[in-house]
Amino acid sequence: MERIPILKLGPFLLVSIQVDMHDQMALALQEELTGRIVTDSARGVLIDISSLDIVDSFIGRMLSNIAGMARVLDAETVVVGMQPSVAITLVELGLSLPGIRTALNIDRGMALLNASRPVEE
Amino acid sequence: MDYPTELPLRAQEDVVSVRSVVRSSAVSIGLSLIDQTKVVTAASELGRNTVIHGGGGSVRIEVVQEVGRKGIRLTFEDKGPGIRDIEQALKDGYTTGNGLGLGLGGARRLCSEFTIDSTPGSGTRIMITQWTKKL
Repeated sequence: MERIPILKLGPFLLVSIQVDMHDQMALALQEELTGRIVTDSARGVLIDISSLDIVDSFIGRMLSNIAGMARVLDAETVVVGMQPSVAITLVELGLSLPGIRTALNIDRGMALLNASRPVEE
Repeated sequence: MDYPTELPLRAQEDVVSVRSVVRSSAVSIGLSLIDQTKVVTAASELGRNTVIHGGGGSVRIEVVQEVGRKGIRLTFEDKGPGIRDIEQALKDGYTTGNGLGLGLGGARRLCSEFTIDSTPGSGTRIMITQWTKKL
């Protein structure tokens, strides 16, 4: 099965979803990412969805699940790059992505993650 | 592409193909980007329902025309258990599976027209249409 690459970037994990995922693939990403937060001791996860033409209720739930699981594992999640047409459709669908932090692009998402990182002694 | 065209909805991967065909049909009739996104999202929700709750089925994709506007019409059909209480199924948050319960009501909100016929024990048929703005 096709996999979505997860890149390690300092204390963060970066995922850029570039393909139209079927449901099983989304679940696989959710599991792998949760595992990687632990094995890489990641402090944050950045998920770039700028290539996604749609976010339906299943993908929306996957994003919420990732953010929830990451929080329990002491990592922040920021979703970046949502297309405006996707945002309008999501809200009309009835999804508001509770508990998910968003940023307009990767730079701003990175700044958000850095800002929420505790200063290391 | 020739219309109408019929695609199977038996596995999760079929939902991905349906999304892609619906997108190109929506582009070809000149729907706005937002209306394309809405109809593709609705197709994704309804296609998933057909696979999961309907036990598999199909979708028929047509391009329809009226004076001054064009539309894309999708008819999802399955021979599954059907829906006992349609009003309840359309309510947000109602789910028999482990989803969010937004699929059916959400799909209705995203399209210009939405009709549903379901008989418990013999299946479900849902038709949605997305129209372009009138000229």
